[in-house]
Amino acid sequence: MAATAAQVPLSALRGIPTIDQVGVEERAARFQTRSLKRETKVDGLLLALSMLDLTTLSADDTPGKVRQLCAKAKRPSPEHPEWGSVAAVCVYPNMVATAAEALVGSGIHLASVATAFPSGMSRFKERLSEVKWAVQEGADEIDMVISRGAFLRGEYRRVYDEIASVKEACGKAHLKVILETGELQTYDNVRRASDIAMAAGGDFIKTSTGKISPAATLPVTLVMLEAIRDFHETHGIRIGMKPAGGISNSKLALQYLVMLKETLGPDWLDPDWFRFGASTLANDILMQLEKQHSGHYQSPHYFTND
Amino acid sequence: MTSKTANAPNAFRDSIGYAPAPEGADHFEVKKRYQLFIGGKWTAPSTKRYFETINPATEKSLAEVAEAGKADVDRAVKAARKAYNTVWSKMPGHERGKYLFRIARLLQERAREFAVLETMDGGKPIRESRDVDIPLAAAHFFYNAGWADKLDYAFPGRKTAPVGVAGQIIPWNFPLLMAAWKIAPALACGNTVVLKPAETTSLTALHLAELIQEAGLPEGVVNIVTGAGETGRALVEHPGIDKIAFTGSTEVGKLIQRSIAGTDKRYTLELGGKAAHAIFDDAPIDQAVEGIVNGIFFNQGHVCCAGSRLFVQEGVAEQVLNKLKRRMGSLIVGDPLDKNTDIGAINSREQLDRIRLLTAAGKKEGACSWDAGQTLPRKGFWFRPTLFTDCAQSHRVVQEEIFGPVLAIQTFRTPKELVAKANNTPYGLSGGVWTDKGSKIFQITSELRAGVVWANTFNKFDPTSPFGGYKESGVGREGGLHGLMPYLELR
Repeated sequence: MAATAAQVPLSALRGIPTIDQVGVEERAARFQTRSLKRETKVDGLLLALSMLDLTTLSADDTPGKVRQLCAKAKRPSPEHPEWGSVAAVCVYPNMVATAAEALVGSGIHLASVATAFPSGMSRFKERLSEVKWAVQEGADEIDMVISRGAFLRGEYRRVYDEIASVKEACGKAHLKVILETGELQTYDNVRRASDIAMAAGGDFIKTSTGKISPAATLPVTLVMLEAIRDFHETHGIRIGMKPAGGISNSKLALQYLVMLKETLGPDWLDPDWFRFGASTLANDILMQLEKQHSGHYQSPHYFTND
Repeated sequence: MTSKTANAPNAFRDSIGYAPAPEGADHFEVKKRYQLFIGGKWTAPSTKRYFETINPATEKSLAEVAEAGKADVDRAVKAARKAYNTVWSKMPGHERGKYLFRIARLLQERAREFAVLETMDGGKPIRESRDVDIPLAAAHFFYNAGWADKLDYAFPGRKTAPVGVAGQIIPWNFPLLMAAWKIAPALACGNTVVLKPAETTSLTALHLAELIQEAGLPEGVVNIVTGAGETGRALVEHPGIDKIAFTGSTEVGKLIQRSIAGTDKRYTLELGGKAAHAIFDDAPIDQAVEGIVNGIFFNQGHVCCAGSRLFVQEGVAEQVLNKLKRRMGSLIVGDPLDKNTDIGAINSREQLDRIRLLTAAGKKEGACSWDAGQTLPRKGFWFRPTLFTDCAQSHRVVQEEIFGPVLAIQTFRTPKELVAKANNTPYGLSGGVWTDKGSKIFQITSELRAGVVWANTFNKFDPTSPFGGYKESGVGREGGLHGLMPYLELR
């Protein structure tokens, strides 16, 4: 990935634009009317597969389960190794060591959620030390949550400072900042939180933990993509985007990619700059790729469940 | 860390648009030749003349259409009068409503056919004919069908009666939608009609006539005479017409007013426009940019209420312009039948010439022209979405209706300046305001002299909402409750 995102002082964030709900939802719906055929569709699916953060974030996760997920990440389709691997595996901190071992030499990134995921309701000291531990265990990407309570109280300085401290604790690991947009609720809040997270040093901004409904939506992601575009234009710093949760089929994933392509352009159509946080999306993509390859839909039994 | 896929070619990432995704046109028949629809029958024109209608995206001929002469118009008006006297004016409202509901449902059933035909004949992108024109046309029939048996309640304390035979002349920018817009309220109120579609886009009106036959509408209630200006003139001047409904240019609107002066013909005129579209510095900028694009590039700018004069508050002018240019660069111009096309073909060579003439005048007068340089197809009539900066009120691109994908941009400093400039036009059809502040919306919209004003959106249409202009943009309202009045005697 590119150089670590530099910080921009909070005071530099003036004139955060307002968002019109009706307008942004209409615009997002418009991307859904694009019609993808033939090579555009196949290559879009391959791109989506390469952008996956294959995720397991359950209280019943075990080393066995995580090792299986890593195997899937390395070779999603045993019959078609040419379809490549996913971008990363995303696990809880106590599963990082297992995953790191399973992924050695694969080139697949290892992401760990941290900072008292998903609520973040813990002492900041503990949240920071969790980040450090996950990095020590072998995570090269950290998915942190912001303090939504502080944000909603208008304590933007605190939110900013926390992110900046977590970024520091990450060291060389990349930081994805989860806004949990389902709790921020308004698009104006999403935009403001995006700007704060980018300025404070987040390498990626991410919609959701996946534990709150609604998780990622097209309009929320559009607001964040536009924030990334403006930030890049104003400060010259590129930030990545990760919608997470609720993206379970290929059609929707392709619609996200259409939106990405038409909002940020081809430079962002790359796993270094865009990720899908999803657990069941992989098999649907494989099923669609197989359909494009063979001309027939295959039974779900032909796709591995890990 | 480097990406494994970054260097591999990828059609999704590397191509500017998407692989072709054309809508099929093989599920219905375009006839070689279309006759006139008079008294419920297809009849040859007395002129024995037929004119070609072409696909403006390919310049290929689609069909031949009959040219109605004076005698044909006379037959059509007589058929409409007979149907009015013997059937339609006597029919109870709820019975009339049934026919209109039936037409609306048939339109929905055959929506794909109508959308494809509209796109082939007129050049508009299939996305728009499929998502806007045809659904809205059906919605107008549904809406007016509902009024048919409730007219006495629509105007409390007054009795209603139909007017008689309506002569309706419609433009080429929304062919089927305008036909629905005219026919539906007329029929709901108990009138019969003679409709003349525009000569470049007659086909969907003629297919609507087929659909009307299928719906079993009594003969002569709807008559369709095709032809150009002369046919329109014959219709306007016919003594048997009780009401004229015209949508088209201000120039022709004035001719109509002259020609019917001294008669007791009623009229509504829906004419040109040069709408002011204002972006304040507290506007939601990204959505406003989208609104600007929808405002002027919808239907290639062939929209009488298009937001063709953009006013941006100086503090955000540079930002808005940059974002607008980038967005214009992402507009896909090309085959109108492709589902991914954003901007289709210009409707006719004549219109393309007019757009070229006015944009050339704009450059000559010192305004600065910009477009995103999309590659245009070699055949057909095309014009790239274009904007003009450094415009002054005195420029022709600011004063005259271009009726094409051309935006003239000016800046303003204060609300007062905006209102003065926005109203400084002979037109007054529509306008738009973008601001995050509710009180400003109410203040500015009440000061704009325009029939339709949108706030934080643009080019939104609904059958329940009246539409019409001030000043040289027209007389009367269509749509909503107001749209019934021109078709009723209120006592």
